[in-house]
Amino acid sequence: MEPEVQQKNKTDLVFQPQLARIERILPQISGHRLFQLKLINEEAAEQFSHLCGQFIELTVIGVGEAPISISSPPSRPGTIEICVRKAGVVTSALFKLHPGDQVAIRGPFGNGFPLDELKGKDVMLIAGGLGLAPLRSLLLSILDDRASFKDLVLMYGSRNPNDILFKYELLGMMNRTDIKYFFSVDSDDEGIWKQYVGVVTGLFERIEVNPETTFCALCGPPIMYRFVIQELKKKKIPMDQIFVSLERMMKCGVGKCGHCTIGKYYCCTDGPVFRYSDILDIKEAV
Amino acid sequence: MKVIKIDKQNWTGGIDKSRENYQIFGPVKDKEHFVFKKLNLKEYPDMENALSVLSPKSILFPQSEKILAASLDESQDDHHIMKRVATDYSPRAVIGIMPCDAKAVQLVKLNFDTDDYRDPYWCDAYEATTFVGLAVNKPSIYDFTLSMGSGPFAEEGLDVLLVDCKDHFLAKVLSEKGDAFLKASGFTSEADADKSAKLINEIKNQAEKAIDAEKVKTEKLKEKSLLELHGASFWEDLSFSCINCGTCTFVCPTCWCFDIQDETKGKKAVRFRNWDSCMSPLFTLHASSHNPRAEKVQRVRQRFMHKLKYFVDKYDQGTMCVGCGRCVVHCPVNIDIREICNTMNSYEAEQA
Repeated sequence: MEPEVQQKNKTDLVFQPQLARIERILPQISGHRLFQLKLINEEAAEQFSHLCGQFIELTVIGVGEAPISISSPPSRPGTIEICVRKAGVVTSALFKLHPGDQVAIRGPFGNGFPLDELKGKDVMLIAGGLGLAPLRSLLLSILDDRASFKDLVLMYGSRNPNDILFKYELLGMMNRTDIKYFFSVDSDDEGIWKQYVGVVTGLFERIEVNPETTFCALCGPPIMYRFVIQELKKKKIPMDQIFVSLERMMKCGVGKCGHCTIGKYYCCTDGPVFRYSDILDIKEAV
Repeated sequence: MKVIKIDKQNWTGGIDKSRENYQIFGPVKDKEHFVFKKLNLKEYPDMENALSVLSPKSILFPQSEKILAASLDESQDDHHIMKRVATDYSPRAVIGIMPCDAKAVQLVKLNFDTDDYRDPYWCDAYEATTFVGLAVNKPSIYDFTLSMGSGPFAEEGLDVLLVDCKDHFLAKVLSEKGDAFLKASGFTSEADADKSAKLINEIKNQAEKAIDAEKVKTEKLKEKSLLELHGASFWEDLSFSCINCGTCTFVCPTCWCFDIQDETKGKKAVRFRNWDSCMSPLFTLHASSHNPRAEKVQRVRQRFMHKLKYFVDKYDQGTMCVGCGRCVVHCPVNIDIREICNTMNSYEAEQA
């Protein structure tokens, strides 16, 4: 770790959030919004940098704090994008705010995906539902430096055709030939879906991968991991080429409060991204 | 090793003298129980080695602590900016802390004072504190400190170790902080090093004999397989009677988990941190309603695996239990960490 960073972490800022302004709010699907935030302190805004897969602790002042993953890629600095589902006390309060209102943030925290290790490799991103939020950061990072990576596959499973996050952004990329998309929906009650209906694991029949050069990144609901990993095993992808982003109730974000323990690890500081081969002996992990 | 002799008739006078430079914390009797608290003038630590209900961890890590506050009054220049709350970190001395509780502080330090993130509240309190321990001459039947890398006369984490020698204390000076405290108390009369070492050793040997160090075994915990221990069938039995009251976590000197909560009254927002307990199902509950440890057996396993396996593997500094015996005394359904430790330590995976 850089001495400068260490110095920063030795200060009160470990727990003290900094003010940020909501620049824009972009509606996503029902109950989900994309918030663009900018730190108010200009110096801090300029210095803010993160890795794909990291998260922030977001404070709605006077209400509380919640961990939210960063959806924007490091390659597009300036604003911090977070894709939020209205679920608890803090996110419900956040949904009452408007552009121009203030929140406060700490972070970024956690380790992030090893982008450098993925360079020169085939990359497969597998997302379920809101799991796309942190993976979007990785997806856009790869697209922003596309030549550094080989084949790119995105598999994304949603509940139904109306639940696809970043729909227009994904549609806008549909014409690109340098990324392969596979979408699935669990159900299609309205009969409007032309692609695969079923859980995301069903998509694996449709792809060929080279296990030696393929690296995978997973994020989705807890139930998804075990089944997707089974499919990856069938494809003979080595365990140390699979990265999972795990979710736990991270309160402090800095490896102190104990809420996010997974075996001997803290999800907030040792994760949220884990190399699957490192957590094979932790049964509770996935 | 410098040893100071303190005649008991001078004891309270010395404590009073030290108050000029230190806040004094110590054990006192509150109704039928002992508690550690900040002592006001005319209050003195009870030097009877009684096991306080709660450990002294709250001196560094209060049960409820204001960590940040912000004004929501927009006429103020700094409105909505959450700032650290002013706290008194002037020198404090904890007198009469048991050696195992002082060791517990060192174990908790591994979590709060790390290279990546230093917890400013805990660390500032730690740095302000001088630990003046009292050796346990007569260990209780619940004391299993010798099995857990501590002991009735253990010195780790202490600045001074006081040994009760009937009409006087012998004070082993273990650090500069300890030296400074004794000087500030006017305790400066040096005892003969050899004679006092001999006397302390006699009392120590006597005390250690009262504990059966073989009763609780930990030596195999490290080599046990995580998956096998995790999958062991004994967890169902061990957790059966647990009522998830959380008492074990609150009385434990090494349990450091906390919750963070915001509270707003009028124009003032305050962020607190409060002791939390992994025994509560809410501890791991996500806003999405998913709960990684929804079942009681998972939570009971988590607590003991953390103390006796995860911590052992992560830090290689022994167990995250110092053998004080509080959870054994206070568990309402008699769950006994000593038995669980032995069960884990001697566990051989069932044949498939």
